[in-house]
Amino acid sequence: MTMGTVYALFGAAIAVILSGMGSAFGVGVAGQAASGVVTEDPSKFAKVLILQLLPGTQGIYGLLVAFIALSKVGLLSGQPAELSVATGLMVLASCLPIAVVGLVSGRHQGKTAVSAIGIVAKKPDQFGKAMLFPAMVETYAILALLVSILAVNNIPV
Amino acid sequence: MAIAAMKKIHICAMKKDRKAVLEYLQGLSVVEIETNLDETDFFKRMNTSTRRAHYEKRVQNTEHALEIINTYAPEDKSIFASLEGKRDIKEEKYDDVVTNRHKLNLLVSEVMNLNKEIEQCDSDIARYNISIEGLKPWINMDIPINTEGTKKTKVFLGTMPVGLDEAKIHELVTGRNKELESYHVQVIGVDKDATYVFAMCLNEDAALFEETLRAEGFVKIPFFSHRTPEGKIKKYEQDIRDLEKKKQDTIDKIVELSKNREIFEILADYYTIRKDKYVVLGSIIQSESTFIITGYIPAKEAGKVEEKLNKKFSLYVEIFDLEEDEEPPIKLENKKFFTVGEGVLSSFGLPGKGEMDPTAPMSLCYIILFGLMLSDAAYGLIVFLACFIILKKYPKMSTGFANSIRLFMYCGLSTLFWGVLFGGYFGDGIAVISRVFFGHEVTIKPIWFEPIKEPMRMLIISLAIGLAHLFFGLILAGYTLIKKKDFVGLVSDVISWMMLITGLLLMLIPTSLFASIAQVNITFPDSVKNLSYALAIIGAVIIFLMSGRANKNPVVRLALGLYDLYNITGWVSDLLSYSRLLALGLATGVIAQVINQMGSMLGASVGGVIVFIIVFIIGHIFNMAVNLLGAYVHTCRLQYVEFFGKFYEGGGRPFTPFTETTKYVDVEDGEE
Repeated sequence: MTMGTVYALFGAAIAVILSGMGSAFGVGVAGQAASGVVTEDPSKFAKVLILQLLPGTQGIYGLLVAFIALSKVGLLSGQPAELSVATGLMVLASCLPIAVVGLVSGRHQGKTAVSAIGIVAKKPDQFGKAMLFPAMVETYAILALLVSILAVNNIPV
Repeated sequence: MAIAAMKKIHICAMKKDRKAVLEYLQGLSVVEIETNLDETDFFKRMNTSTRRAHYEKRVQNTEHALEIINTYAPEDKSIFASLEGKRDIKEEKYDDVVTNRHKLNLLVSEVMNLNKEIEQCDSDIARYNISIEGLKPWINMDIPINTEGTKKTKVFLGTMPVGLDEAKIHELVTGRNKELESYHVQVIGVDKDATYVFAMCLNEDAALFEETLRAEGFVKIPFFSHRTPEGKIKKYEQDIRDLEKKKQDTIDKIVELSKNREIFEILADYYTIRKDKYVVLGSIIQSESTFIITGYIPAKEAGKVEEKLNKKFSLYVEIFDLEEDEEPPIKLENKKFFTVGEGVLSSFGLPGKGEMDPTAPMSLCYIILFGLMLSDAAYGLIVFLACFIILKKYPKMSTGFANSIRLFMYCGLSTLFWGVLFGGYFGDGIAVISRVFFGHEVTIKPIWFEPIKEPMRMLIISLAIGLAHLFFGLILAGYTLIKKKDFVGLVSDVISWMMLITGLLLMLIPTSLFASIAQVNITFPDSVKNLSYALAIIGAVIIFLMSGRANKNPVVRLALGLYDLYNITGWVSDLLSYSRLLALGLATGVIAQVINQMGSMLGASVGGVIVFIIVFIIGHIFNMAVNLLGAYVHTCRLQYVEFFGKFYEGGGRPFTPFTETTKYVDVEDGEE
């Protein structure tokens, strides 16, 4: 086992940890707002549930990148490749976009989802528009995910 | 792919016919009645609030009775009951109920009275239970509760503060009044709230003794009965049993009445219709002997309705064309296949004035993009089958809901299609199962290629699809302008952008940047290169000169043109937004792989198979749910932001005809 593998593993870990934290926060605050709406009007459950789940994707993106990184360096198949420190750091670096952007966008998407749940509470027929605002935040998580995937994928091991 | 043409309808009729005319229009359900006409000296609104309140009360009562029935005699309903839609009712049955409504209303009151009886029983039972609790500490006392005393003595029953016993009470009493000697105190019971005391003294000491006890916190027993506490408790228990029996009998009566459920539902709907009629009646203007209705009507119904009204009543109907600047309510008219997108469209907004109805092109794009994002053949098949079964099993769902289910059914098919192209079946499920449990690996080759193995290729394809989608939007913008005969707009807002974007793309393709992403080198002959420069430059110049044409000031106009050219960055971000097609497609595939891998960790043993099946089912359900949500949200986003951004604003008002809104029943063929 080389130091390179350690860095790579660290990269995968941080991708899951940070983006998962972002999503956990986002889904958490949105869930609080959603519960409030459902106490008043249980029929809005399905709509607010969708809005609550929107900030959950960052965590999944982090998992995705971590999985690609782990399988790239052979940690999943049980035959880890002999990584140089430079390669290990490259894997770490390519995990960073989704890790950091996942954390920040997850939090903000959560807050936006709270406001969107407010829209649904007052005007349930405006659900389509309400859904759009949190989805806008997600764009940046997707862009970060894209860069992370492309980078991890193209690192020569 | 169209918006129904609207006409204006004016009806002037005799006041005596007003209810009949309104009821008739309500039955036809094709006229949206305007409720904001101004009152004049001659035409006034009628106050119908009492009648309205009367029917609202009726609706409330009937629904309350239904609720009661449903509490005590719930209908057998599956969890999918909400999909079943309204009950079908024969017209004769409906008419029968309506004719006998006054008699049937007695049933409603009966149910409500029975419910009141039940509530009374419940509260009595609760009261008796409290009394029993209060009597329990006295249970050891074997004299009647209202014992006054004997010939020579007087008896006091009551409570004293906690923590006292007989000796202490003696102490307290003698401490206050030394002359009190001939008395007797006995503690009957003790609990955390009080000490329960029997006290007795000679008649001549009674007043003084009572006063002393009171000073020490004595409170008289709050019960009156000639029975002993135990006897009284027994009596209460007997009463409770009687009440419970009475309650059960009453419930049985309600259950018996629940066979009228259908009648109640019809009544509730009937009164709702009546109430709606009075709402409208209160909003139209009337003179001494006539009234006026104005409203919108779909053009193709107008002739028929005019004819029918004239045949049935003596009145005056006039059908107008709309005025230039009038914004009629919007009614979408699409071929059955395309109605699936109407829900998605109306949650963004119906077409505003002068806009086309984008339902059909949007539905198509929606289905294609949704499939690309989910892109797993097995998931697609499951979604398709689930929606198909729901549609077959519950044919009477509300139209809006059925449309959404149909939309997802087509999306499922599209997912199946893309899944087969990209070779995803529960991710790499087939390969894993065959390798781990059957020893040799079987893979179904993708018909096209595997995005997980060639993400760059998939990225280029996603962006290309995005470009096609955006250009399609631009073409629709052009189509709208052609219909408006705005050819200057067509050239300067649509064609110019197409030229500029095409030119820029042609310039981009031979560069090394593109080559490194696409991993192919493309070189164009010089003629294409020159063409690309020409297209880009001409496009840019047209935008620069024409984009600000609404402004008279030439400097401002050119400045606006320059600013509009800056929108090229908007195109870049719009285009990059389609990279989510790749990201979400990969997400489905990779998470599916993770699930398969986790499931197969224990190998081919018996335990391994069991673990695999559990992980496989739970994991893939989770993955499917998460990615369905993602595909739904992000397909909507691509339609609303990127696609509609090119040509569509929305903001139309939906057409809401005056109609018979029912909640419980559909009357078969009961329109006329």
